[in-house]
Amino acid sequence: MSRMNLLQAVNDALDTAMAADERVLCFGEDVGIFGGVFRATSHLQEKYGRARCFNTPLVEQGIVGFANGLAAQGSVPVAEIQFADYIYPAFDQLVNETAKFRYRSGNLFDVGGLTVRAPYGGGIAGGHYHSQSPEAYFAHMPGITVVVPRNPHQAKGLLLASIRAPDPVIFFEPKRLYRASVGEVPDDDYELPLRQAEVVKGGSDITLLAWGAQMEVIEQAAEMAEKEGVSCELIDLRTIVPWDIETVVQSVLKTGRLIVSHEAPLTGGFASEIAATVQSRCFLYLESPIERVTGLDTPFPLTLEKEYMPGPLKVLDAIHRTMNF
Amino acid sequence: MKKTQPTVKPVHTPVFANGDDIQIPVFTLLKPDGTVYAGAGPISLDKPTARRIYRAMLYTRVLDERMLAAQRQGRLSFYMQCTGEEAAVIGSTAALDDADMIMAQYREQGALAYRGFTTDEFMDQLFGNERDPAHGRQMPIHYGSKDLHYLTISSPLATQIPQATGYAYGQKLAGNGNCTLTIFGEGAASEGDFHAALNMASVHKVPVIFLCRNNGYAISTPVTEQFAGDGIAARAFGYRMQSIRVDGNDILAVFEATREARRLAVEENEPVLIEAMTYRLAAHSSSDDPSGYRSKKEEESWHRKDPLRRMQRWLIERDWWHEEEERELTESLRREVLETMKQAEKRRPPALETLVTDVYTETPPLLREQLDELEAHIRRHPDAYPKSAPWLDEAPAGRAGHPQAAHSEEGGA
Repeated sequence: MSRMNLLQAVNDALDTAMAADERVLCFGEDVGIFGGVFRATSHLQEKYGRARCFNTPLVEQGIVGFANGLAAQGSVPVAEIQFADYIYPAFDQLVNETAKFRYRSGNLFDVGGLTVRAPYGGGIAGGHYHSQSPEAYFAHMPGITVVVPRNPHQAKGLLLASIRAPDPVIFFEPKRLYRASVGEVPDDDYELPLRQAEVVKGGSDITLLAWGAQMEVIEQAAEMAEKEGVSCELIDLRTIVPWDIETVVQSVLKTGRLIVSHEAPLTGGFASEIAATVQSRCFLYLESPIERVTGLDTPFPLTLEKEYMPGPLKVLDAIHRTMNF
Repeated sequence: MKKTQPTVKPVHTPVFANGDDIQIPVFTLLKPDGTVYAGAGPISLDKPTARRIYRAMLYTRVLDERMLAAQRQGRLSFYMQCTGEEAAVIGSTAALDDADMIMAQYREQGALAYRGFTTDEFMDQLFGNERDPAHGRQMPIHYGSKDLHYLTISSPLATQIPQATGYAYGQKLAGNGNCTLTIFGEGAASEGDFHAALNMASVHKVPVIFLCRNNGYAISTPVTEQFAGDGIAARAFGYRMQSIRVDGNDILAVFEATREARRLAVEENEPVLIEAMTYRLAAHSSSDDPSGYRSKKEEESWHRKDPLRRMQRWLIERDWWHEEEERELTESLRREVLETMKQAEKRRPPALETLVTDVYTETPPLLREQLDELEAHIRRHPDAYPKSAPWLDEAPAGRAGHPQAAHSEEGGA
C-alpha cells in the first residue's frame, strides 16, 4: 500500500496498464513530456517512449476519432480530454461512432479498447468552462459505459477495469479531489468491478446516492444527520451507465427514502433517471417523494458558485424534508 | 475572377506535392533596434495613432504585471497575460475602424485597452463583482463590451472563429462597411472550427480577418508537435484565401498588414489570414509553470525582441515619445490599476437573482422556483453563504456608470 492522492492514483493506474500491456497508449493535449495540465500522465513518456505517450494537436474531435480508429485496429487507447467541458467537439465521434461501432457492424468491428479520461466538476473557481458535470449526456448514448471514481483507491481500480473492459468507457475524474482526496492505494495491479454500485455505509432511515466528488458531500450531510439521529445509508453509484439498479433498489426497499445528488443541473440530470426507475420498482415502499439535490438549471457560475453547488447543507435540508414528509 | 474548378493539367507520371516549394516570407519593417529596414515599404502610422497604440501597450503591460501579482497574493482566482504579444493584438486592432467587430480568444486584453475599456471595467470583470455586466458568471479575463464591439470571451478554443465568419457575412449584407477581426492562437487553429471558418469565409466571400497569434506554445505543446506544415499561413491556400505572415513583435508590420487586410476584406470581400509570429513571454496562465517545458535561454532570446522596447525606440527616434513621459505614465497607470483594484475587490458580489437571469429571456417557472428555494435555504444557513446572505434584503445597487480612465485620453472609444 502507498499513500497517494487521486491524481497519483490515476497516474499509477496508467503506469500499471502500460507496463502490463504494450498495446496501451496514452495521448491528448499536453500529456507528453509535460505530463498533462494536472500531471496525470507524468513520466509516462519517459518510461514508455513517445510512440506510446504523446501530445496531440489541439483538436478534441481528432483525439477521439483517432482513438476510435486505434481501438478498432486492436490497440488500447486511453485518450485524455483536458477538461470535460471541452469534450463537446468530440461529441459526434462519441455519439455516432464510439457508441455504435459494434452495433452497426454486427460485431465485425468494435472500439471496446477505448477509454476517454476527462476531469469534471466544480468547486475549483472554474466558471462555465472548467466546472461542468456532463455525465448525463453520455448516459443517453447506449453503447458507452460511464465511470466516476470517488477516491484514490477507487480511481486506480476502476480505471484499470475501464481500460481493460471490452466496451468503450468514458472515465470522468473529479478534479476537485485530484489533490484533496488522499488515501491508501494497493501497489499491485487490481481492478474494481464496473456496473456495480457500492454501499459505502449501511443505514436504515434514508438512502443517499451520489458519485464522484459528490460522495464527500453526502458523507458530510450524513454525519450531520446522524447527530440528529437519522440513520443514513450511503451508496456510490460508480458506474453511471449501465447502472446498478439492484443495489439501489434493495437499499430503498429497506429505508423507504432516497435522495440522489449531483452537481449537474436538475432537469435531465441522471438523478431523474434513477428517481423514475426507483419509484417504479419501490412505489409501495416509499415513505416520501424521492428528492434530487443538484445544481441549478443554469450554466455553471463563478462568484456565486457556492450558491449553485449542491453542498452538504442543501443535502441536509433535503434529509429533513424527506424525514418529515 | 476565381475559377470554380481547379485547372486540371494532365501529367503522365505520378506527381505529388506537399507544399514545400512554397515558402511564405515574414513581412517586417522594424528592426529589433527600433530602426526601419532599408528598402522598407511605406509606413502609414501617424503620430496620434502611434501614441495611442503605445499607450495601450504600456497599459496592458502594467495591467498584466499588477494583476498577476494580485493573483499570486490570492486576491484573484486566475489571470492570463498578453505579455510579449501586445504588438500583434494592439497593432491589428489599431488598423481597424473602431466599429469593426473583434472576436478574440482570451489573451487579447490589449485590444480592449486600445479601444478604451476602462480600468474600472477590467477590474469589475476580474473580481466578478456586482458591476460586472456578466454578473461574475465567468472566470477572470473573460471580458466583453458591446460598446467597444468586442465579443465576450468564451474559454473553449476556436469556437469564435466560424462565428466571426458568420458575423462578418451579416456585416456584408448590412452594407455598413465594417468587418470582423478574429484572433486566436496557433493551437486553436488545430480545431475543426478553424478549418470550417476559413472554408466558409472563402466560399461566401466574407469580410473577415483571421489573425493567428503564433506564439510558439499551446500551454506546453510546442509548434513542432502542433503541426507539420509551414505554420498557419500556408493553410489559407487550401481554401484559396489571401494569406500573409508577419513579424508579430513588429508594430509597424502588424499595422500595415492588417490595414491592407481590412481593405481587401471590406472593399474586395476577400477574407484574409494573417499569421503573426510572436512569443508568449509569460506562462500560459497563472495556473501554469513553463519551466517544465521550455528553457530560460529561449525565453530570454524573446525578451530581447520585446515589442514594447522595439516600438519605444522607434517613437523616441522620431521624437514622438520621451523616456520621462514613459516613466510618469507608467507610474500613474500603476497607481490607477492598484487603486481601482482595491475598490473593485471591496464591491459587493452580484445579486443572487443574477444566477438565474439571462438563461432565457424570461426565466422559466421551474428555475424561478429553484431560486426561491435557494433563497429560503440561504436564509436558513446565512453563515454558510457570505457572498449572498448579507444582501438578500437589499436592492442591488445596479451598475453605475463607469468613469472614463485616464489611459484612453487620446481617443479610446
